Amino acid sequence: MYQTTYHRASSVDEAAALFAKGSEAKFLAGGQTLLPVMKQRLASPSDVIDLGRIKELIGIEASGDTLSVKAATPHYEVATSDAVKKAIPALAYLASLIGDPAVRYRGTIGGSLANNDPAADYPAATLALGATIKTNKRSIAADDYFKGLFTTALEDGEIITAVSFPVPAKAGYAKFPHPASRFALTAVFVAQMKSGEIRAAATGASQSGVMRVPAIEAALKANWSPTAIDGVNISASNLLADIHGSAEYRANLIKVMAQRAVTAAG
Amino acid sequence: MSTVKLTVNGKAVAVDVEDRTLLVQLLRDHLNLTGTHVGCDTSQCGACVVHMDGKAVKSCTMLAGQADGANVTTIEGIAKGDELHPMQAAFRDNHGLQCGYCTPGMIMSAIDIVHRHGGQLDEPTVRQELEGNICRCTGYHNIVKAVLDAAGRMKVSQAAE
Ligand code: FES
Ligand code: FES
Repeated sequence: MYQTTYHRASSVDEAAALFAKGSEAKFLAGGQTLLPVMKQRLASPSDVIDLGRIKELIGIEASGDTLSVKAATPHYEVATSDAVKKAIPALAYLASLIGDPAVRYRGTIGGSLANNDPAADYPAATLALGATIKTNKRSIAADDYFKGLFTTALEDGEIITAVSFPVPAKAGYAKFPHPASRFALTAVFVAQMKSGEIRAAATGASQSGVMRVPAIEAALKANWSPTAIDGVNISASNLLADIHGSAEYRANLIKVMAQRAVTAAG
Repeated sequence: MSTVKLTVNGKAVAVDVEDRTLLVQLLRDHLNLTGTHVGCDTSQCGACVVHMDGKAVKSCTMLAGQADGANVTTIEGIAKGDELHPMQAAFRDNHGLQCGYCTPGMIMSAIDIVHRHGGQLDEPTVRQELEGNICRCTGYHNIVKAVLDAAGRMKVSQAAE
């Protein structure tokens, strides 16, 4: 790892001020992605600003029709939280599938969304539920937030403070994990919102990262059942192809995972 | 350079390290606690697992500075004098290791698994929960056996305390 300067921020404002002072600063939340990347010398921030102990960034709040997960809350807390299990069980389940137990103790929802890995889990739930990403500057709708591989609407130095999820009528998540990395080879989150709107998002599949799947949404709107997806045609163009699976394979996985997600949602 | 202050195996220490130092380097290179191993540079093998504030974490995927103020327990800190921790004893009795390279991390992860699941442990759960620990020797069979055995022993010893 290259030389860097470590700072532990005690508030969001202090973190933002430290970032502004660094020449090439980076925020560190759980570090489960940034540190491996720094070890491989693929990132060499001048300053690393630790958000992991900022109290105002940790915790889960359920109020009425909204579940708010603060940005530095680790996956383990989301997976085991009674409030999450009650409001959006599919979200607790999703968190329980990220990485491995040691990673889940450290990795955070804000870190996952800021990084926007094309095969990460949280982007699928965030987009499918139409969540709102709160930052120290503004609120960003999920539909406007994801901008492609490892790219988001966040500005330089902007800090995610919380993610606010509308509580759906039903939701389900199904993931086909890569057996070694546990990232999604393809995973699909489906949600039936209380307004009646149907949303579905797939991660791990597209060359441009997490995406809505309109064909699945339309089929489920007509008939909320796994069999409704049987006849759906998912185009393989723009899907990822690598040694683990061709674009056609992933196109089919989108259907199969969507069906399993609907079954799980009930 | 900064001074990182933490408690390791019950002892308060203050260590001057470069900011880029990983927790595992602080433990191994500065405190000579070489029981914690490094088996990869991709955060996948789990040979480096230690407990920080009671949770099993990968010490190769933390900066030493992130552990400032924390309470860290390594494989060296779990036996009571000459008496092995029930998880260590179960690994020995069940032949849960061959070369031993993965073993410190396996044991630290396994203790965490038992703490989280208590009496609810079964074989599929243990296999699932050990997904972040890789062993190149044993084929896992005896490791799983050892963890299940230790889960029983830890319940008994907790009840006795
Ligand atoms: S050395 Fe930490 S996971 Fe391999
Ligand atoms: S006993 Fe050799 S790596 Fe596990």
